[in-house]
Amino acid sequence: MTNATIALEEAAVLEPPQPDKKRKKMDRSGTTPRVTAFRYALLIFSLAMVLIPVYVLLITSFKGSAEADPSRTWFLPEVWQTQNWVRAWDALAAPIGRTFLLVIPSSIISAFLGSMNGFVLSRWRFPGANVVFTLILFGMFIPYQAVMIPLMKMVLTMGLPSGVPTLILAHVVYGIPITTLIFRNYYESIPQELIEASRVDGAGLLRTYFSVVLPISIPSFVVVLIWQFTSAWNDFLFALFLTNTNTGPVTLSLNNLAHGSIMADYGASMAGALIASAPPLVVYILLGKYFVGGLMAGSVKG
Amino acid sequence: MATKSQTRRRIQWRKIGPPILLISPSVILVGTLVLGFIWAWILERPIKGEGFFRSIFLFPMAVSFIASGVVWKWLLNSGVDDNAKGLNRLFQMLGLDFLQNSWTANITFGVVAVAIPAIWQLSGYVMALFLAGFRGIPDELREAARVDGASEWQLYKNIIFPQLSAVALSAVIIIGHMAMKSFDLIMAVTDQRTYSTKVPAIDMYNFMTSGDYSNAAAVGTIMLVIVAALVVPYLIHDAKQRR
Repeated sequence: MTNATIALEEAAVLEPPQPDKKRKKMDRSGTTPRVTAFRYALLIFSLAMVLIPVYVLLITSFKGSAEADPSRTWFLPEVWQTQNWVRAWDALAAPIGRTFLLVIPSSIISAFLGSMNGFVLSRWRFPGANVVFTLILFGMFIPYQAVMIPLMKMVLTMGLPSGVPTLILAHVVYGIPITTLIFRNYYESIPQELIEASRVDGAGLLRTYFSVVLPISIPSFVVVLIWQFTSAWNDFLFALFLTNTNTGPVTLSLNNLAHGSIMADYGASMAGALIASAPPLVVYILLGKYFVGGLMAGSVKG
Repeated sequence: MATKSQTRRRIQWRKIGPPILLISPSVILVGTLVLGFIWAWILERPIKGEGFFRSIFLFPMAVSFIASGVVWKWLLNSGVDDNAKGLNRLFQMLGLDFLQNSWTANITFGVVAVAIPAIWQLSGYVMALFLAGFRGIPDELREAARVDGASEWQLYKNIIFPQLSAVALSAVIIIGHMAMKSFDLIMAVTDQRTYSTKVPAIDMYNFMTSGDYSNAAAVGTIMLVIVAALVVPYLIHDAKQRR
């Protein structure tokens, strides 16, 4: 009887806390209405702050050239027109095509490299594995500026052309640290028994990787592909040094559109900024959860 | 005897010297950490529309500095009073005239103004990190503190915040090195010739485009050393824990 009561009490403790009479003043979040109102006020204020640039981008992209002036930043266009979008698209269509050709192979290749690295570093405790992993992680933090001169010299020495293939190489190499980190953290979390079982069945390291590990790596592949897709899409510095506006990705052409001519074409550059941001934003909206996963992996603990 | 290039390098060091070098990254760092932390704190308890707010705060992260720079260049227009444009005009319309300033055109504070777009872009990321940190704290801990009669503020001050120090450290490391690299942003918001926003990354580019590879390499190396000083102790600490 007493045991039963204790068990019941324990069960009561394990239940999620029910809102009782004494806490009536508190709402669902465990705070008072006044605090909740304050939280909403702060959130809505922040929301306005964050969305200000989006508002300006959108309305300016629909303004005619006479209206698209900084002095009229905050006013809606008197005449809504789409010619900015046409001009921006003309300027950016070809670079956007090149950017897809750049971003898709470079994210796939670096995902595979990262997966193999991560597998080896998490499962094969060779001497110095920890040092190697730490050095690879350091690669994540090396400023582009520090590698730019050696990289350019190397590209020249190897006789690589200015353009997408060279840029793919740079992104793949620079992507190794983050992709290795994401995959290693993931492989650390899969049960050791799975690997052991395939070992017992006589599979070597490579066979284990291709037949057992690779098929269960899909979640990490999604995270890595999204991460590499957005960071390669948004890269500017590598593109600036390794390509030009005729061979390079969309960030370069957008920068040229916004700063190139003497009379800045504000409307077109705002429309262009929206066009150039669309693919990573679509990825973010559709796969936001995994996008956050990639961001989290940036913190070494993962 | 100091060679010509040594002298130049010394002048170079004075120009990019520690103050300028670190102002913009530290403003970015403090700004994103404070804002990201506040957002995470607000969203930490269940609240209606949490997912919506979280997504909006995070989305600038998916946009390139080059694209957002197009509009920030406008918003940070330096005209004031009768010439007010961009944000200054908004301040006028809201009756906050005293907030008007010349933003990136200001010789001393231009480098601070250029941190605003970076804070806009990166705070959501810090928020996501801190939110994960908040959510990682077991509910039992809070319940226990409440049962012991701790006030909400005591609960946060003594129980929750100390648990977030690891998250804060990773945030500092990541944002710190991102801020050091904020080259794209400055190129988009001002340009490589604007003196007030000249950071090492811009200097490096200017040296390089003028064919002065040795000075460019020197600036690049200085940046590497600074980032290494920030990151290496952290990585060593992390490696020791992994063993």
